[in-house]
Amino acid sequence: MGKPQIPGLLKGLGVTLGTMMQTIKPKRLGGGAATVQYPHEKETPPIRSRGVIALREDNCTSCMLCVRSCPDWCIYIEAHKELAPPRRAGGAPRKVNKVDRFDIDYALCMYCGICVEVCPFDALFWSPEYEYSEPRIADLLHDKTKLGEWMETVPEAPALEAGAEKKKGK
Amino acid sequence: MSLLAVDLPYWAQSLLRVLGGTVAVLLPAGTIVYLFLFKMMSFMQSRLGPMEAGPYGSMQLFAEVGKWLQKEDIAPARADLKVFRAAPLVVLMSTFLLVAVVPFGPDAYFTNFDAGVFYMLAVSSISTLGILMAGWSSANKYSLLGGLRAAGQLIAYELPMVLSVLGVVIQAGTMNLQVIVIKQNSDSIFGWNGLGYPYILTQFVAFLVFMISVQAELTQTPFDMPIAESELVSGYMTEYSGFRFLIFFIAEFATAGVFALIASVLFLGGWGIPFSWAGWDPTDLGSIDNWMNFGGPLIMFTKMMVLTALIMWVRFSYPRFREDQLQRFAWKVLIPVSLVNIMITAIFKVAF
Repeated sequence: MGKPQIPGLLKGLGVTLGTMMQTIKPKRLGGGAATVQYPHEKETPPIRSRGVIALREDNCTSCMLCVRSCPDWCIYIEAHKELAPPRRAGGAPRKVNKVDRFDIDYALCMYCGICVEVCPFDALFWSPEYEYSEPRIADLLHDKTKLGEWMETVPEAPALEAGAEKKKGK
Repeated sequence: MSLLAVDLPYWAQSLLRVLGGTVAVLLPAGTIVYLFLFKMMSFMQSRLGPMEAGPYGSMQLFAEVGKWLQKEDIAPARADLKVFRAAPLVVLMSTFLLVAVVPFGPDAYFTNFDAGVFYMLAVSSISTLGILMAGWSSANKYSLLGGLRAAGQLIAYELPMVLSVLGVVIQAGTMNLQVIVIKQNSDSIFGWNGLGYPYILTQFVAFLVFMISVQAELTQTPFDMPIAESELVSGYMTEYSGFRFLIFFIAEFATAGVFALIASVLFLGGWGIPFSWAGWDPTDLGSIDNWMNFGGPLIMFTKMMVLTALIMWVRFSYPRFREDQLQRFAWKVLIPVSLVNIMITAIFKVAF
């Protein structure tokens, strides 16, 4: 038989009993189940959760990097060129890209975040918001207004750690 | 049967018995499933269990039954239809036959006869037949394997169960369950009869062996090799759906309740309270107050809940035995232990 079996068996019973007591104990005493009763109480995801992608339209230059890097091909951009006033007085008017269409199809998106990573102009952000399911699958295609509205839910970027390398800039 | 000192006609007695039997089988099954299978298991896994149907999910069982009743009654094309359809009923019948012999009070019993223990042990193995029928007739290799495993296991654990009950029978000197209950509540320990004499005190080993065998008879988890869902896809129940699966399901938990009732009759003093408390005469059942016919079932129900909680607690805590470990445990540990227990009991019986 080797090692005596009974103490281990009793310890096993103790573990399940302990867990049960912990679950039955009221929440205010530090007990309760790990479960969140979702429709009745909302879970607060961590601030860097990948819930939905938000768009800051002014920053977008329609460079198409996100479109080309998307593994699912779920981003659609159309743009036209416009003349903008010069930066300095007397200069020539600048040519800028104006976004006509910026759609993300969340029915296709796999939340890899490559588009957010690859964007050189800080136009795409992760938001922890997760409640945007739709009865019709076509409604999961979010256009640029809707993507712009998600900007309100984007949390402030956490402060850099002490001793972290500062961003090099002009 | 002279319940409430009213003499009922035969048809009314029969009706009362049928109703009582149905309640005695379904009520424990429902309570066990909700309290232990739904809630206790969830709590032990740090979950809440069903919460939506009714307050704290208490109506969940009705929702589940409704779901099962709606499902299509399917049978495999090559199944032996007659046997396939009869099998769940045979298993459930075993439960009903078992409950027939359990005494719930001085007059509240279905039958009361001298070979009660013998009958109980004989009838409890009918469920093995049903399980074997289900496994064989399903035309499915998993079901067949599960059925064969179940048969092997149930036969192996029937023996220690019989032998452990023998200890109680020797000590009580009778096989009549009603008399066993009365003896436990009226005997005295060294002349002191304040607590009666529940046989768990002297037959503790037999009680342990009995509960372990019950666990195996019910194919509850440490002994659930026959229904091993990860390898055999629920064994003999694989091909059953809808209403027939529901019958298997009810039978499983009702049998757990009935075995707990029998264990409380054999070891914990059954429906009685120590007779010295109320000044009843153990030789005259008529001296027992009539309210015991209502109090007795409640006491039995309480004891049953405690014992099923034990069964379920063990079920939710332990991993599964391998087939050879399972057989070795029955033949090499439980049977010798219960044989030794019988011998010691017999020696003490003769000596005192």
